[in-house]
Amino acid sequence: MNRFYVVLGILAVVLGLMVFVLLRDGGGGGASLAAAGPPPTATDDGFRGYTLGDSAAKVEITEYSDFECPFCARFATIQMPTIREQLINTGKVRWRYREFPIPGHQYGRFAAHAAQCAGEQGKFWEMHDQLFFNHSWAQTGRDPSKLFRTFATAAGLDLTRYDECMKSGRYAARIEFSRQEGLSVLVDGTPTFYVNGKKFTGPSATSDVFKAIADSIIASTPRRR
Amino acid sequence: MIRYRQTIAVLALVGVFVALYLWLHALGIGGPLKCGTGGCDTVQTSRWAVFLGMPVAFYGVVGYVLILVTAIAGLRPAALAQRQWSVLLAALASVGFLFTVYLTYLELFVIHAICRWCVASAVIISAIWAVSLLALRSPATRTDPVA
Repeated sequence: MNRFYVVLGILAVVLGLMVFVLLRDGGGGGASLAAAGPPPTATDDGFRGYTLGDSAAKVEITEYSDFECPFCARFATIQMPTIREQLINTGKVRWRYREFPIPGHQYGRFAAHAAQCAGEQGKFWEMHDQLFFNHSWAQTGRDPSKLFRTFATAAGLDLTRYDECMKSGRYAARIEFSRQEGLSVLVDGTPTFYVNGKKFTGPSATSDVFKAIADSIIASTPRRR
Repeated sequence: MIRYRQTIAVLALVGVFVALYLWLHALGIGGPLKCGTGGCDTVQTSRWAVFLGMPVAFYGVVGYVLILVTAIAGLRPAALAQRQWSVLLAALASVGFLFTVYLTYLELFVIHAICRWCVASAVIISAIWAVSLLALRSPATRTDPVA
C-alpha cells in the first residue's frame, strides 16, 4: 500500500515537470511584437491595398477594414461572396481592401500583418477569407499566432516564408500608413466604403445596395466608341 | 477492489495534469498548445471552450481532483470494505464521461476539429468510468480478521 503512494507521488512529480516544460516551451512563436505592436512610423511604400477584379472596371469600391472587427467579418462572410459573384467577377466593380486596424483591437494589427505576409506570396485574399470566415479568434482575446499559422497553411502559404515575414514585422509601417490615410479621408469606423472615391453613407452596406450603385454609375457613364 | 481504486487514482492523476495544462493555457500561461495539428487552437478558441463562464478545462481539473481524492479516500483500510466509495466513484466518473461525450460530439460534428489533449482526456475518463463500473460489480474487500 505504501509503495503505491510512493509511485503515485513520483508520477505526480514527473507529470508536473512535463506540464511545466510544455508551458515553458509553448511551441514557439507567439504574436511577435514587430507584427503585433504599435509601429514606429507610417511609411508610404506606394502600396494602396490589394485589389480584386478588372482594373478597367468603371466602379472602384475601396473598403477600409479591420480583421478583428465583427461587423467587417459579417460583411466579408455574408455580403462579399455575392459581391464577388455579381459585381467583381462580372467586371463591373474593382474592389480594393485597405487596412484600418482599430487601436483598441488587440490583434487587429497582427491579423493585418498576417494578411500582408500572405499577400507577399500572392495569397492575400485567401488569408483574408481565412481570417474572416474563422473569426472566433477575435472573440477570445488570446494570442492567435499559432491559429494564424494554421490559416496560412490552409491558404496555401509557404510557412517558412510566412514565419520569417511575421517575425520581421516589415509591413507594420505600411499598415499604419493605410490607417493614417484612412483617417485623412475621414474613416470613422469599420468597415467604411468609398465608391469611386466618394464615401458611402448609405444605411446598410449590402450586395444589393452596391449593385444598385454600380449599375447606376455604369448606366450614366458614356460608352467608349 | 484495491486494484480498481488504485487504477482509478493513477488515471485521475494523469487526467488532473492533462486538464491542468489546458486550463493554464486557457488562462494565457505559456505559449501555443503543443498539439501537432491546428485542431487544439480551433477547439480552444471556439465558443464552446467556455462553459458557465469558466474554461472547460477548469471543470476537468475539478472533476479529476474529486475523483483522485475519492479514490485515495476509498483506499484507506477502513474504507476498502465500504461499497459507498465505489458508488461515489462511479457517479463522479459517469458525470465526467457524459460531459466528455458531449464535448467530443461538439468537436466532431460542430467545431469539426480534434484537439489531441481533449482526446487524451476523453480516453482517461472513459477508462476511469469503465474501471469504476467494474469496481461496482466486484464484491467488497474483507478487512475483518478471519476467526
